[in-house]
Amino acid sequence: MRTESRIYLGVGSFFLLILIVYFLWSKESTGSVLLLASAGLGILPGLYMGWWSRRMRPRLEDVEVVEPLDISGVVGTFPENTIFPFTLGIGAWLTGLAFVFGVWFAVIGMGFVLGAAVAATVESKRASLAEPANRPAPGGDGRLRDR
Amino acid sequence: MTSLLSTEKTGSQVEESHPPGGFYRWITSVDHKVIGKNYMYTALTFMFIAGAMALLIRTQLFNPNGHVVGQQTYNELFTIHGSMMLYLFAGPFAFGGFANYIVPLQIGAPDMAFPRLNNLSYWLFLTGGSTMLLGFFTASGAAAFGWVAYAPLSSNPYSPGPGPDLWIVSIALVGFSGIFTGVNLVTTIFYLRAPGLTMFRMPLFTWSMLVTGILILVAFPVLTAALVMLYADRHFGAHFFSVQGGGVPVMWQNLFWFFGHPEVYILALPFFGIISEVVPVFARKPIFGYRGMVFATLAIAGLSTGVWAHHMFTTGTVLLPFFSALSLLIAVPTGIKVFTWIATIWGGQIRFGVPMLFAMGFIPAFVMGGITGVMLASPPIDFYTHDTYFVVAHFHQVLIATTIFAGFAGIYYWYPKITGRMLSERIGRWNFWITYLGFWVTFMPQYLLGLRGMPRRIAVYSATDGFTFLNRVSTVGAYVMAIGMALFLVNVVRSWRRPVAAEDNPWDGATLEWATSSPPPTHNFHSLPPIRSARPVWDANHPEHSDAAPVIAGGDESAH
Ligand code: HEM
Ligand SMILES: [Cu+2]
Repeated sequence: MRTESRIYLGVGSFFLLILIVYFLWSKESTGSVLLLASAGLGILPGLYMGWWSRRMRPRLEDVEVVEPLDISGVVGTFPENTIFPFTLGIGAWLTGLAFVFGVWFAVIGMGFVLGAAVAATVESKRASLAEPANRPAPGGDGRLRDR
Repeated sequence: MTSLLSTEKTGSQVEESHPPGGFYRWITSVDHKVIGKNYMYTALTFMFIAGAMALLIRTQLFNPNGHVVGQQTYNELFTIHGSMMLYLFAGPFAFGGFANYIVPLQIGAPDMAFPRLNNLSYWLFLTGGSTMLLGFFTASGAAAFGWVAYAPLSSNPYSPGPGPDLWIVSIALVGFSGIFTGVNLVTTIFYLRAPGLTMFRMPLFTWSMLVTGILILVAFPVLTAALVMLYADRHFGAHFFSVQGGGVPVMWQNLFWFFGHPEVYILALPFFGIISEVVPVFARKPIFGYRGMVFATLAIAGLSTGVWAHHMFTTGTVLLPFFSALSLLIAVPTGIKVFTWIATIWGGQIRFGVPMLFAMGFIPAFVMGGITGVMLASPPIDFYTHDTYFVVAHFHQVLIATTIFAGFAGIYYWYPKITGRMLSERIGRWNFWITYLGFWVTFMPQYLLGLRGMPRRIAVYSATDGFTFLNRVSTVGAYVMAIGMALFLVNVVRSWRRPVAAEDNPWDGATLEWATSSPPPTHNFHSLPPIRSARPVWDANHPEHSDAAPVIAGGDESAH
């Protein structure tokens, strides 16, 4: 995580440097505001990751020498097929077309977007319940176990 | 559930046990490889459509007072040609196509970090991209204000009708798609690397895509915001960019180029990454100066946000020395990259496969475009050449060098991995040489035309201007290029009809994508080689020439 943090901090500080020179020299506002926003965009996540990198054990992807044992096992859960991004995309597109062809497009579009948002949430909740690690303990209260 | 080392399924995964088929499978798949291929097909289709427009434009300019198309149509053509090439081909082809497909493989990940978001990105790209073309079917035609949409030309009084609005909506949707992909790339590269794959062991293509992702996150939101302001000006009576209401037209240029210049590096960096993969593999040497390459990439990213107004020198409102100096500075890391590639080729045991041909062709083409860029970065020269064909030649040379030559190096390099089939070397060579010849014949005359004063974005010139001969040469070159590009299609069709099976690692590649089958299985890897250097597959295949820490089966002594 340390390298990741440094990349963000490095790029962010560089933007900050350009900002200072640019603002003092030109007093032009549009570019200064944009540079300020960019500097923030670099420095904030950089600080956040740096903060965490000091408080956690190095991750396996950050150590130079890993034991073969470390690289076995589960990486994570990845979904395979779902229709809802497509639905959401169509909804967003129709909503976009509303800006050209009239508000009624947005009515249909937002219907798709909201429907897809709800359905995708339900779907991923189901999928995570189907994971053995998340399955409610037999006889438990049916809630997700803490991990 | 997907585990890296075992393929056993846990029965609990309902979706995995009943994969849907055909069309439904295609639209519902969140596999980064399926989405990456969709992106490539779509972006290449947009490229060929925009290329056809370019031929029309060049045909119009073959004769003085050309009348192939009318003036208004001409403006629509160059606008949509440029917009499609830049927004719908070059960027999405790189970060939606190549990066989506290759980055997870190169870092040993089963998929992107947000597979569903990835799928959504693609649909926003496809629908948004097609929306731009809808403009041609409206009564008042497509947008006609150039890919930069300068205010006040893009405001309602001068560009009325739905065409420009379709353009705005299109770019906004594609912009969101790009932002989502940027988030996805950065997260994937930060959090899904295989154990032992530290940041400074990442392949240079992955590095390029990381930096591109960060640049996308800096640049694209600015464009989206500017588009919202433009739309508000057009329809809600806002006056951000109109003088009458107290607005500032030049502010559009500031906003646009704050996006626009990082954008040109968003388009270039991924392709630099491809060259950095192809060159060492075909020169059979490790890259010369890995860390230097990484820092050059980061330096380009940093500097590229501080140079936007070199596109605005002639507005008279910008700080000339600041922008000129930073623009000249950006040539330094770019130069470092070029020298690194040359130093890698130098003394290598070069194999002239088609990917290497394209990569070596890329270098002089890019250097020519880059040098004229440095010239343009000096205001006295820019005052003279701004808005002439000199600029047109500059950016076409850098863009075609990167997106076409480096892009095709990438296609020929990874096609066996992606499809499990080889492309024909013979057709590939013709593909390269004809396109390459056409490229120089098309664009070198345009520098001269620019120096002689031919303005860009004009539909006709007069016979007495003295532009006729050079324009004809340029048009002929464009047709030659088109023939070369058509040969690529021939090559692809041939590989469908008469497939030649590809091995898993046909080029003796060094990075992790060559450790899996061609094409890779769902979730990419059944097992990974140990990662002890930046070239894990090379270490595994050539232990005698490897400088990685040795691995002892069953336990690692060196770790104790
Ligand atoms: C070596 C570093 C480079 C420098 C110093 C540079 C400099 C410039 C300058 C000063 C202009 C403005 C010319 C004018 O409008 O009067 C320009 C235009 C342009 N450059 Fe570059 N450039 C460089 C590399 C690149 C690269 C790598 C790309 C893309 C791959 C690129 C793409 C463009 C485009 C698209 C335009 C034209 C924009 C338009 O007005 O439509 N440049 N460049
Ligand atoms: Cu620029």
